[in-house]
Parts: sequence; C-alpha cells; structure tokens
Amino acid sequence: MSWAETLRAAVEAIRAHRLRSALTMVGIVIGISSVVLTVGLGQGAQREVEDQISALGSNLLIVSPGSSTDSAGVRGGFGSASTLTVGDAAAIADEDVAPDVEAVAPVSSSQTSLIAGESNWTTSLIGTTTSWQDVRARELASGRFFTDSELERGAEVVVLGPDTASELFERGSPVGQDITIAGSRATVIGVLASTGSSASGSSEDDVAVVPLSTAQAITGTTSTSVSTIYVEARTGDTLAAAYQEIQALLLTGHGVSATDADFSISTQESLVETANATNRTLTVLLGGVAGISLLVGGIGVMNIMLVSVTERIREIGLRKALGATPSVIGRQFLVEASVLGLAGGAIGVMVAVVGAQTLPALIDQPVSLSAVAVTAALGTSLALGVGFGVYPATRAARLTPIDALRSD
Amino acid sequence: MSAAARRGRSAQRTRGANTAPVIELEGVRKVYRSGEIEFEALRGVDVAIDEGEYVAVVGPSGSGKSTLMNILGCLDVATSGRYLLAGEDVSAMSERELALVRNRRIGFVFQQFHLLPSKSAWRNVELPLVYAGVPRTERRDRAVAALERVGLGERIDNRPGEMSGGQQQRVAVARALVTEPALILADEPTGNLDSASTADVFGLLDDLHAHGRTVVVITHDHEVADRAPRNLVVRDGLVTEDRRFVAVGGVRR
Ligand SMILES: Nc1ncnc2c1ncn2[C@@H]1O[C@H](COP(=O)(O)OP(=O)(O)O)[C@@H](O)[C@H]1O
Ligand SMILES: Nc1ncnc2c1ncn2[C@@H]1O[C@H](COP(=O)(O)OP(=O)(O)O)[C@@H](O)[C@H]1O
Ligand SMILES: [Mg+2]
Ligand SMILES: [Mg+2]
Repeated sequence: MSWAETLRAAVEAIRAHRLRSALTMVGIVIGISSVVLTVGLGQGAQREVEDQISALGSNLLIVSPGSSTDSAGVRGGFGSASTLTVGDAAAIADEDVAPDVEAVAPVSSSQTSLIAGESNWTTSLIGTTTSWQDVRARELASGRFFTDSELERGAEVVVLGPDTASELFERGSPVGQDITIAGSRATVIGVLASTGSSASGSSEDDVAVVPLSTAQAITGTTSTSVSTIYVEARTGDTLAAAYQEIQALLLTGHGVSATDADFSISTQESLVETANATNRTLTVLLGGVAGISLLVGGIGVMNIMLVSVTERIREIGLRKALGATPSVIGRQFLVEASVLGLAGGAIGVMVAVVGAQTLPALIDQPVSLSAVAVTAALGTSLALGVGFGVYPATRAARLTPIDALRSD
Repeated sequence: MSAAARRGRSAQRTRGANTAPVIELEGVRKVYRSGEIEFEALRGVDVAIDEGEYVAVVGPSGSGKSTLMNILGCLDVATSGRYLLAGEDVSAMSERELALVRNRRIGFVFQQFHLLPSKSAWRNVELPLVYAGVPRTERRDRAVAALERVGLGERIDNRPGEMSGGQQQRVAVARALVTEPALILADEPTGNLDSASTADVFGLLDDLHAHGRTVVVITHDHEVADRAPRNLVVRDGLVTEDRRFVAVGGVRR
C-alpha cells in the first residue's frame, strides 16, 4: 500500500468519523493556539520594551537617584528622596572633569494637568535644559525648542509631545496658543515629532517640556533636586569611560563610597537586560500556563484516540484478515493521526494568527508570533496525535485477526 | 448444472489428480486461556484436504468447528501441532508472511459478514486488492466484476446498511473471491440468513467449487452437508468422522 494510498485512506477515515475527528482537533486547536498566543504576548511585551529602550539612543547614560543615608545614618529606600541636584548636572557637564561627556540634561518631572480652552489633559511635566533635545535625540514637528535665554529667565513657554498636542488641540496648530499648566499660563512654542517607536501611546510622546526654572516656578519649589540626569557620551565607544567619570565625580561630590552610592547609573544595555529578565519570567509563566492547557488538550486527544482505536479493533482485525500486515496497519493509523494532528495544529496556528491581529486592539498589548513557537506547537500536535494514536493501534495490530474481530 | 453433477465431476478430478494435499493438519491442538482457566478446544486434529475438494464441517455447537476453521484460515494460530498449507509450514511463519498467505491464498466468509459500514459495496470488495498492491483502476474493475458475479452489479455503490442480510453476505463472498484464492473458507455463512438467501450463498460456493476452488464450509444445514462430497464431523475438539461420498453416475452412495 503506497503512501499516497494510505494518505487517501486516512482522509477518508477522518471524514467518515466527523464528530470524533472534530473533537480530537478541538483539543489540539485550543492547546496550540493558546501556547502560540501566550508566548506571542510575552515576546510582544519584550519587543515593546526593547523598542522603547532602543529609542533612548545608544550613547545614553541615565543617572537616577538611589538610596540616601541621612545624618542619623538611616538609609532611606530607593528613590525615597532625590539625591541628585542641578549642581551634579553642572559638574558632569564640566569638560575638564568628564571629558568623555558630550552633553548633560537634568530633568525634574512631575504629573500636572494642562488646560487649553475646553480641553484638559494630565501628563508629565518635564523641566529641563536646552541640551535635552540633543541628549534625547528629539526632533520638532513644528515650532521650536526653548532657548538658553528663555531657560535663564524662566520664560513661560512650553514644548508639547505630539500625543499631548493632539489631546489638547483637536484642530489647528498649537504653536502660538496659550495653555494653563497647573494654574500658570504658558505659550506653546513647539511640538515634538513622534519617537516613532512601535509602541504608540508611549510616554515619550505624551509630555510637556518646559525650562527647568519655569518648572520650579510652576510647581512652587525652590529645591534644586532633579529626578534624572540624562548624559550623552561622545560616542558609543566612550560610554564606559563616561560612566567611570560620572561615577567618580558623583561619589566624590556626595562624599560617599561606592558601596554607599546614593545614585545609580544605567545604560541602555543594562536597561534592556533588566527588562528582558522581567519579561523572561513573564514569558516562562505564561508559557507554563499555556503548556498546561496543551497538556489538557493532549489528554483529550489521547482519550479520543484511545476510544477511536478501541472502537476500531474489529476493523483492524478485518483488515488483518484480508491481508494487511501489522506495519501497514501501523502506517494507516500513523498517517491518520498525523493528518488529524497537523490539521488541528494548522487550525490552531490560524486561530493564533487571527488572535494576534485582534488581541492588541482589545487589551492594548502587542502580540508577536514567532516561527519557533509555531513550529514547536505544530511539532507538539503531531507528536500528540502520533503518540496517542499509533501506540494503541500497533498494539491492536499485534492481536491475531480473530481476537481483534471478536473484541467488543 | 445440478449439485449432483458437480459433485461427480470434482470427485473424478480428486481421484485423478493425486497431488499433495493443499491442507495438512497434524496433531493440531488449541488451548484457550482466560486467566486461570484453560480450555482445550482442539485436542489433536489430523486432517488432509486435497486441492479442489468441497468439504462440509459439521458437529454440535461448541465442538471446535470455528476454532478449526480460524486456524485453517490463518486467522488464529494453533497452540501445538503442524499446519502445512500448500506444503508450507504455517506455524513457522512471521506475522508478515501470514498476512501475505491470508491475502493471496485464502478467501474467508464470516457468519457476521464483517463489512466496513462506512464503505460502499465495491470499496469493501476491493480491500484485499489494496493490500495485494493492485493499482486503483484495476481494483475497481475487479471489484465490480466480483459483485456482478454474485448478482450485485446494480448495488456497487450501496453501503452495507442499505442492503439486506443476504445481499451483505453476497458482498462478503465477492470480497472472498476477488483475489481468486485457491482456498475458500466459510464459517456458517448462512447462519444469519433466511432460506432464499441461504440458497443464493450456497449456489455461489458451489459455483466457486465448480471453477476448481477448494471450498471448506461449516454448516448446520443438513441439506448442504448432504450435498457435499466430504463431511468432517467434529465432536469435543476432535474430528470423529471423515465421511467421503463417492459419486457414481451422479448418485451419492
Ligand atoms: N476465545 C475463546 N476463549 C475461550 N474459549 C473459547 C474461545 N473461543 C471458543 N471458545 C470455546 O471453545 C469451544 C469451541 O468453540 P468454537 O470453535 O467456537 O465451537 P463451534 O464453532 O463448533 O460452535 C467452545 O466451548 C467455546 O466456548
Ligand atoms: N435502507 C435501505 N436502503 C435501500 N435499500 C434497502 C434498504 N433496506 C433494504 N433495502 C432493499 O430492500 C430489499 C428488501 O430488504 P430486506 O427486507 O432487508 O431483505 P431480506 O429479505 O434479505 O432481509 C432489498 O433489495 C434491499 O436491498
Ligand atoms: Mg462456530
Ligand atoms: Mg429482511
């Protein structure tokens, strides 16, 4: 019996037992699609974070405040108080002390509400210096960024992120319009271009950028502390050198040893790594859940396959009586199970593809399907079909024809 | 052609040919085991059947007729003893070789028909040809020819569920003869049939015998047994009588 003949017979047998075949496939479809989708969700989240971080630029060092030790020797928790000041930023900008630093942008950020006419919108207010635009590598879609003199005199000007601008102004150009920031009036002088990172609605595009001095006036603070200091190294190659320089400078400036450092410096690479570690945990977790559903689906498949073979032992006996060898019987069930498994797997992958298209719209999470997950899923469904279909069939094929014919 | 005339012809040929027997059983025993319980269904059977013979196997229910027939048809294996089929020792054969023997040499007709319910008549009949490796188009031609031979040329596309018992058994006979096997075995082929269908089926078996096939049939039908040139009587797992009727001038004595 040729393979083509066997394949035709398999398709015929599957169609002859429609309900049973459908039930078998449902188990596989559920298992496969959930595995592919959950793995896709994990990978989508990972890719999103990677995109966001790579949008930061590879020359970038981010100095964040760390735990601080107060005069009584009590260490505060991470981020409990900002230990970074405008003075630190100025020190890092000193070319003699940190020759590998290209530019420095201290940032103080807080949540504020913006009002433009009838619309209001809450977003993060970023108070920074003119070098922010270069350090963060941001383009302007329209208007201009603020100038050094505006920074010095604390001018009431604001540059909006593209998403912020569209939230506040449905029509017309925002440039030249006045808005109210936490009760203070400011004129919009520019709108940033979108970062273009895949994650739309990322906070990078929803900001209001004002001169540092203006931010202090708006929030009514006299403190010189900042939330973050962004540092651009001269090149990607001098990143490590710049890191060393900043660390030495801040340790000396704050009078602490490396073990008591009240700040931390991260690079894009280290951020990616941390994010990936988190996402890997997530993916493993989701994959575990999906694996369990695949297992449950597999047990369903096993049940139906076992029932199917038991029901068909008489058929196996008859075929043997008419001259089928055990290997031909084994091959028949192998092909049947493979066709069922692969068809179920293929439908499962299709369901996953459709899910990957529709899910992001529903839960605002990107899903990225991977060829590896799809291949592994198809392989698994094939293995399930074969494992649970062929083994009992070859056992049945070892019975004498009359024993198989007499079974019920 | 009358049954008596057929019997006469085959009797002459059996006498004249003097060939090696197609079936030779020596001390065949069959023990069924179910758990602790053993049951000896055949207790040492010696039988030889020549090519072209027509043998009716008779005996009371439970005497071991089916057990014997299943061994003859290579559907089951003897617990001990020797079975030579056309001179070859069956007991030494592998599963594969046994399948080949069943496919090429034997056509088996069961009391319960054993047709595949999801397949049409011709698809049921072609099955042995599938395992013989006959190409698809030839299979259909031969299956249709076999169905015509049993008088079902009009029903080739019907499924077993759409046919009467007699028709189903004729499909089963067509399946047994489609490979042109030398040996036709039938275990109470008319046990589930009415008398008209019974006559049909035995008519077909007679016809096969007339065309030179060796036919062994289990029957409770005295008329059928009486018409057969040779009767094997099985009692208690032994062949207790081997009656041969020599036809002289078309009359059995
Ligand atoms: N598979 C089996 N397991 C146990 N005992 C069996 C089996 N098949 C038949 N027998 C027993 O063997 C004896 C002969 O059975 P069988 O050959 O079917 O008789 P017959 O066909 O002459 O009616 C019976 O007593 C029957 O109960
Ligand atoms: N379900 C069916 N579909 C088509 N034809 C049928 C069906 N059942 C019976 N027949 C036909 O009706 C006729 C009589 O059938 P039935 O009474 O079963 O015959 P029997 O006397 O052999 O038992 C037969 O020719 C059979 O083919
Ligand atoms: Mg019987
Ligand atoms: Mg009827």
